[in-house]
Amino acid sequence: MPKLKVDGVELEVPAGATVLQACELAGKEIPRFCYHERLSIAGNCRMCLVEVKPGPPKPQASCALPASEGQEIRTDSEMVKKAREGVMEFLLINHPLDCPICDQGGECDLQDQSVAYGRGASRYHEHKRAVTEKYMGPLIKTIMTRCIHCTRCVRFSEEIAGVDEIGALYRGENMQISTYLEQAAKHELSANVIDLCPVGALTSRPYAFEARPWELKKTLSIDVSDAIGSNIRLDSRGREVLRILPRVNDDVNEEWLSDRGRYMVDGLTRRRLDKPWLRRDGKLVAATWAEAFDAVAKINPGPSVAVIAGDLVDCETMFAARKLAGALGSTLLEGRQTGLAYDCSNLAAVNFNSTLAGIEDADAILIIGSMVRDEAPLLNTRLRKAVKKGAKVFIVGAEWDPTYPATFLGEDIAVANDLPAEVAQVFEAAKKPAVIVGGAGLAKGGREAALALSERFNLVREGWNGFNVVHMAASRMGGLMLGYAQKGGIADLAAAKPKMVISLGADEVDFTKFADSMIVHIGHHGDKAAHAADVILPAAAFSEKDGTYVNTEGRVQYAEAAVFPPGDARQDWTILRAMADALGVSVGFDSFEQLRAAMVAEVPALGSEGLADYGALPAAPAGAKAEGAIAGYPIKDRYLTNAIARASVTLQRCSAELVHGESFAEAAE
Amino acid sequence: MALADKDRIFTNVYGFQPWNLKAAQARGDWDNTRDLLARGQDAIIEEIKASGLRGRGGAGFPTGMKWSFMPKESKDGRPSFLVINADESEPGSCKDREIIRHDPHKLIEGALVAGYAMRARAAYIYIRGEYIREAETLFAAVREAYDAGLLGKNACGSGYDFDVFVHRGAGAYICGEETAMIESLEGKKGQPRLKPPFPAGAGLYGCPTTVNNVESIAVAPTILRRGAAWFSSFGRDNNKGTKLFQISGHVNRPCVVEEEMSIPFSELIEKHCGGIRGGKDNLLAVIPGGSSVPLVPAEQIWDAPMDFDGLRALGSGLGTAAVIVMDKSTDIVRAISRLSYFYKHESCGQCTPCREGTGWMWRVMERLRTGDADLAEIDMLQEVTKQVEGHTICALGDAAAWPIQGLIRHFRPEIERRIAVRAGDVREAAE
Amino acid sequence: MADRHPEPDSPELRARWGNFAWTAENAEKAKEIIARYPAGRQRSAVMPLLDLAQRQVGAEENTQGWLPLPVMEYVAAQLDMPIIRVLEVATFYTMYNIQPVGRFHVQVCGTTPCMLRGSDDIMAACKAKGLKKGHTTPDGLFTLTEVECMGNCASAPMVQINDDNYEDLTAERVTHILDELAAGRQPKTGTQEPGRHTVEPAGALSNLTAMVSENHDYRGEW
Repeated sequence: MPKLKVDGVELEVPAGATVLQACELAGKEIPRFCYHERLSIAGNCRMCLVEVKPGPPKPQASCALPASEGQEIRTDSEMVKKAREGVMEFLLINHPLDCPICDQGGECDLQDQSVAYGRGASRYHEHKRAVTEKYMGPLIKTIMTRCIHCTRCVRFSEEIAGVDEIGALYRGENMQISTYLEQAAKHELSANVIDLCPVGALTSRPYAFEARPWELKKTLSIDVSDAIGSNIRLDSRGREVLRILPRVNDDVNEEWLSDRGRYMVDGLTRRRLDKPWLRRDGKLVAATWAEAFDAVAKINPGPSVAVIAGDLVDCETMFAARKLAGALGSTLLEGRQTGLAYDCSNLAAVNFNSTLAGIEDADAILIIGSMVRDEAPLLNTRLRKAVKKGAKVFIVGAEWDPTYPATFLGEDIAVANDLPAEVAQVFEAAKKPAVIVGGAGLAKGGREAALALSERFNLVREGWNGFNVVHMAASRMGGLMLGYAQKGGIADLAAAKPKMVISLGADEVDFTKFADSMIVHIGHHGDKAAHAADVILPAAAFSEKDGTYVNTEGRVQYAEAAVFPPGDARQDWTILRAMADALGVSVGFDSFEQLRAAMVAEVPALGSEGLADYGALPAAPAGAKAEGAIAGYPIKDRYLTNAIARASVTLQRCSAELVHGESFAEAAE
Repeated sequence: MALADKDRIFTNVYGFQPWNLKAAQARGDWDNTRDLLARGQDAIIEEIKASGLRGRGGAGFPTGMKWSFMPKESKDGRPSFLVINADESEPGSCKDREIIRHDPHKLIEGALVAGYAMRARAAYIYIRGEYIREAETLFAAVREAYDAGLLGKNACGSGYDFDVFVHRGAGAYICGEETAMIESLEGKKGQPRLKPPFPAGAGLYGCPTTVNNVESIAVAPTILRRGAAWFSSFGRDNNKGTKLFQISGHVNRPCVVEEEMSIPFSELIEKHCGGIRGGKDNLLAVIPGGSSVPLVPAEQIWDAPMDFDGLRALGSGLGTAAVIVMDKSTDIVRAISRLSYFYKHESCGQCTPCREGTGWMWRVMERLRTGDADLAEIDMLQEVTKQVEGHTICALGDAAAWPIQGLIRHFRPEIERRIAVRAGDVREAAE
Repeated sequence: MADRHPEPDSPELRARWGNFAWTAENAEKAKEIIARYPAGRQRSAVMPLLDLAQRQVGAEENTQGWLPLPVMEYVAAQLDMPIIRVLEVATFYTMYNIQPVGRFHVQVCGTTPCMLRGSDDIMAACKAKGLKKGHTTPDGLFTLTEVECMGNCASAPMVQINDDNYEDLTAERVTHILDELAAGRQPKTGTQEPGRHTVEPAGALSNLTAMVSENHDYRGEW
């Protein structure tokens, strides 16, 4: 714990801190461009120069200098002021003064720091450098003349995403950032470089010229594109969400967001169900809400009702539907749309117990049936970190490129029943061993095999729980907490032949299994369920309603509504409340607050943010074996995994270009 | 008291005789190297320290002390490396080339001795890419040494295993900076690293590494053979030994010559170079240590001792002892502007002040060359050089700034004259 | 440098170089080169391998050689290196020709020590022979580049043509050298100053005179 002085004020800083961090602890703002907490230190922008004694009689880059005992640091001296002015001037001489047409305007580090630390006028009378644009794919727009060569994007790709695809070519003043042959950035986290770029060199292509930051209303929300529960911010203007950005949450997404979660935003305004529809003579025709509820009343299912929850719905919607089904006398609830039927009697055994942050500390990891990059991109960045710290990773299932060294143990999941000796040795020697079961593993008894491994290798020990299931649906853990699981999965619902099936945005269900049921679809997109529905009740997307989500590690998080649902669409809970009236039953709430209170009364864990406590793991079921081959993974197209994403023009293009390899000729500009 | 031939270390510097092992051994190289090593690591380092040898690559850091920074034992199993800087690219410098192509075995024997002293497991000789024929010679000489059992397992029968590898650069001045050289050796762009950590702690492949200039290494065996007292009998205090001087530009006979440190400029020029072209009075200025050091006007350089301290007293430096002589026919602004272009061309582009500043400085220099500038821009340029100097990761920024500062310090009236003349021309043309 | 960029990727480029592979001899050399570096540090070999590849391309098309993108990809694959890192190296170091060059790459040093000794005249003489900076002559014989200090300052001005240096040049001397090369003859390399051996004081040797005629051993005089 070195003691040092910053601008004359003495303080103690943690061992290993840099001078920059010491200055921040002392409450001093240190301007910077290249430095980023989550990337390696480059020290190249030279903006963070400070004066340090003892040391050479010149300013030092504070981001790269270790803080040490007895240092006297000045951030306010004439030397520092001049150094900052000088660096700022150099950064600006070849920077175009095109702020009025730059999308970074208003949220530009260069702009802000120029105001704070610049000299205010230019002495540069030579020609400014112009750099040709570099194609980086459908998401990243480049205006490379604005680039200040901080190399954050290069470091992100290499270090965090693990995809070495951006480089700094040439040298000196001709140095240029580019991908190889200007190929599109192809990985699932590529757009994070847009957030990292401190200037307007890399901006969001789909968002180009859409809005200025000061026009936007900012709403705190949760990403529903996977089960990570990334913390996001919805930037909206009027009735439209214009962009989605990640928020910082070190426990969940750090400060990253998957491309899918970021760019399904334009899907929120397309293919929307904005009025009720009824099926008449086999065709869907538009209807009024009164007609729609009449149609529901006419079904009059009595207790012969089942509810299927989709992947994107919030806990409140699922709870309201559960109350409605209960009032009608049914407990047929299910959320595992594609037929999974793993045992849910103990939620600890279907949860990611190591936690996302905790898995970084694992030193031996066995992944059973998960293509993590598609299914939970921000879990994969954690696994990369674990590997960098020395973890050994083994994977059961078809091969994929994890971006870090890993050993594939073959497609036959039976290998998990009896691990090869060399894998077993690693697990026996490990201090924090972990097993992760993915969707493809759950389908083939991977959960049971993992429970057996847990007992054999003591995955649960003092200060550590290495038993993990990684889900793909934002609604999954909340749904399981609310009883959306039948012993036999969705097959139990089909077998019951319910008179009415309520779909809560259940767009991944094979509705041919419910050919004899009347299907009432409460959803927001004209997707798969709408095509099968007899009654469509237009509802709100996640951005249009307050809601509770529980991520794959059992973390309860709240999202807020940013905008109103379009047209005649309503928030889901109000639809379910009105259905109760139409069906002549009572659900016991008349407002959202009452609904939430009732939900928390029944499932208290949903009442407080943070990790739910699911108790201890159950004993491994005797004799249960994993069997079958994991020849593929559930996600066939990483960009089009849900109804919103499928409606997104941006993600459609990503799918076409990056998954299916179509080429898009650039319009001649 | 000029240096006698018998006290010259590089006796084949002109290549009158073959470079090969047999000829080198006949001149005294590889003469019982085993005994030199048998003195032990600490004794070798002490002898080099006592000789007063300062690094010959430009910075002049005491060589023995540098070696002593290397770990005496590896606590974590990491090996140590010696990297020999043969990336001679400083404009004006052309001494290492002569050592490599004419006396390579001095370098290779020095590599073994130095590597042994610092407990390195191997030496990498990083030779600039443009030295193509020189590298061919070096590869062949290393092969000879291996074949004769002088390198490799049980080198020279010493019981010490030591490898020497040659690595060719490919055209980048910046790789002469020690951490850029290490990056380049690792197969990356030659962009200098942040320090700390210093190479002695974490250098090549993260292992303890010392980077030394060719000349510093090549003189080591002779110093050990003839003793520290012999080497330190040349030159002034703190500036000991013999040194390869390289005289280029406007002298009658440009050459490379090994001389005593601290030899007066006038003696160096008169004795070996046939004097200034057009006579002493025709001398305008001298860049005494390679392009990175500020120039010194004729009247100040003439009697100056050519050593670290003597030239520093003149606001310049010995650098690599690459003496660029300019007579009165020189377009002095262009001469310096051409160096500004060089630094712009060679900036690695990593850090802001150098990447942006070198281009700016060169462009202003080009306008000053023709007088197409405002008088106030001279001071502005001076300020810009100060904004670059001391603000960069490596010393290239300083090296780009100093020649311009030297020019403004000593030739400001000439710059002002050009601006005035041009302004006059413009007025005339307008009429 | 500003207009330095790789030869664009095209079907023709792929057709010509897509199947690039080492010759048997170069495959051996590549192995020997990689062995110079510790195990797992094979990326260190990227510079020598790019040089080797450039030379092989040159040998195939009778030029100084250059690096088509598929050839860089070949090297990247051999070293298990991301291609973007190879491209960074190839574009950073000036000796990698990332566009085609002629039979002879005439590299005139223009830095101050050569400039002081008349490199302007050398450049002018090259231009008078039809060479143009940054271009290859229409007959494919000469590519002209102005390069930075080549470390021949005591025998300036100089030009490096492919692997050889020609020093102590004058306009006449460089013209003669270009003529000889064009005629398919190999001119004398090194200094062009009559009577000068290398970098000794020309015509008035001031030291080491005993070395001229014999491999003198000075140890007896110590």
